[in-house]
Amino acid sequence: MTQPVSNCPNCGAKIVFRWSSSVQTVCEFCKSILVRTDVDLKKVGQVADLPSDSSPIQINTEGKFGNKAFVVVGRILYEYDQGGWNEWHVMMNDGTSAWLSDAQNEYALSLSSKAQNLPAAAQVHIGQQFIWNNQPYTVSVITPAHYRGVEGELPFQYWDKTDVTFVDLRSESRKFATLDYSDPEPALYLGELVEFDDLKLKNLRSFAGW
Amino acid sequence: MSTGAPPLSGPPKPQAKALNCPKCGAAIVLRSFGQAETVVCASCHCILDAKDPNLAILQQFEIETSDIRPLIPLGTRGKLRGTDYEVIGFERRSTQVDGITYCWHEYVLYNPYKGVGYLSEYNGHWNDISICKVLPTVDHNMFGGSSLTANYLGESYKHFQTADANTDFVLGEFPWQVRVGEKAAVTDYVHPPRVLSSEQLDQEVTWSIGEYMYGREIWETFKLPGRPPEAMGVYENQPSAVRTNVTGMWVAFAGFVVFLLALMSGFAMRAKKEPVFHETYRYNRADSKAEASFVTDVFELTGRTSTVEVKTYAPVSNHWIYLNYALINQDTGQAWDFGREVSYYYGYDSDGSWTEGKQNDDVVIPSVPPGHYYLRIEPEADPSLSGIPYTVDVTHDVPVYGIYGIAFLALLVPVIIISFRAYTFERSRWSESDHPPMQLSSSSGDDE
Repeated sequence: MTQPVSNCPNCGAKIVFRWSSSVQTVCEFCKSILVRTDVDLKKVGQVADLPSDSSPIQINTEGKFGNKAFVVVGRILYEYDQGGWNEWHVMMNDGTSAWLSDAQNEYALSLSSKAQNLPAAAQVHIGQQFIWNNQPYTVSVITPAHYRGVEGELPFQYWDKTDVTFVDLRSESRKFATLDYSDPEPALYLGELVEFDDLKLKNLRSFAGW
Repeated sequence: MSTGAPPLSGPPKPQAKALNCPKCGAAIVLRSFGQAETVVCASCHCILDAKDPNLAILQQFEIETSDIRPLIPLGTRGKLRGTDYEVIGFERRSTQVDGITYCWHEYVLYNPYKGVGYLSEYNGHWNDISICKVLPTVDHNMFGGSSLTANYLGESYKHFQTADANTDFVLGEFPWQVRVGEKAAVTDYVHPPRVLSSEQLDQEVTWSIGEYMYGREIWETFKLPGRPPEAMGVYENQPSAVRTNVTGMWVAFAGFVVFLLALMSGFAMRAKKEPVFHETYRYNRADSKAEASFVTDVFELTGRTSTVEVKTYAPVSNHWIYLNYALINQDTGQAWDFGREVSYYYGYDSDGSWTEGKQNDDVVIPSVPPGHYYLRIEPEADPSLSGIPYTVDVTHDVPVYGIYGIAFLALLVPVIIISFRAYTFERSRWSESDHPPMQLSSSSGDDE
């Protein structure tokens, strides 16, 4: 796979895109938020250092989902009134992108999915049922959250966003769905709760004493 | 853990944090790398905000006794089901049922990769608990009242108990906002060795799944000194002491009975039941004084080694006659000695008429080889009898049934014992539940 290479317009450091469809990345050196244009990179902002957290995953962590290998290329750290969680942007070896979330060591993998007639945020209430891909889902939690920070490559531009509402939907199996209201058009993610051991993760962070 | 190539600007390696209690200054260690919501100062019993760099005091609690100590000290590590866990928190909880307080202990476990897990201990019974990732479903009964079964990952769990759990004492770190005095409604559903629990605090319901563990397993896991406290009674999700599947055992037993019956009828059909000797003699007291015993004519047993049945008939009435028999092989001299009594008594008493004994007797001699045989007979009789006729019949190759009866009993007895033990174990289990067995609910003071 050819990896597009550019230089940071701010500090000149080499910027390598691991995922050809990435729209945004963060310069590892100067923390500039860089957005890809047709020709080069444009600095649109700057991120503060991410607060220290305890996710064992980091950029470059590799793993497996089913028979597909993936590598972690980016991250969004969300915060809500009871804590925070990470959505790690992963690139699958078939070129698609997915999200590996880590909420207090509860892991889930989800993919952006298309569906007709997604409800508006104001119309959703707890207990409501939806059927996507023949699978019924029930709304379990509605979480107002905000972006706490970003790192690495993302499939969309994040830099001007602050608050976002998430609607979590559960099924009677390990399958779950998330409605993301960060854009005017709601986005649907369908995923599965996964066990840490099943992900066969490599290049994890290490913890002092463990 | 493999570390590989760290990213260029990776965050520093997380370290366990050492802090001091803002109230009393005692050392506080945060072992869970920022996962804890609250941490408790062990010296002054302050509940502190673990998310606050200054450890704001959230609650101070009083303890009645100072002897509440975790059996597994905080900071102890052990490999539980393949994962290294460190004990980071401990709480004592209690519930009141019929005016009696029952206490149990919960331990918070932490692994930086796998997250938080729990252990519970009640009277020496342990459970390895984790939060359910998939939501269980609860069936409501036809009256819409309290539900009796819950389903989780394709398995059905029976309602055991619903009670209010009070938090009495806390120590160490908790991944939630813990407070002493807080009450949660806890409902347990069991499917030994697992227990499915729902815990409701305000509007939030948390489901967890536990699996029974023995004290010795905990002691091995955490390499604790000494011996674990003895488990008292039968716990709600303790695996039955009877490991046998009782229903399966009865099915196997029924199968064996069918097999026995088939075997029995097979042998009964195969038996020749060949009459080889028939003679009637007369016992005379006068004669017997001289020469008591005599021999019969020779008869032949042909074919395979088989059973020989000797039938005796005497028309006794309120008398007895006793015959000393010897079945003797004319060719080899081999002899089978046996004595048979024929007696028949009857009469009337306050209960009405009665009888005892009968005028017929039969006996089967097993494994008699073919050959030429005769009987030596030595009769004795009731002194009141002067004489009586008696008939001797010999039949070769008769089916025997007694052995099947013995086989049946030999199988039935352990099946019944195991069933009874399984039943008493389940009875002890359910006697502690909201649904005690009938007989126990009416009797009081029946404590284990």
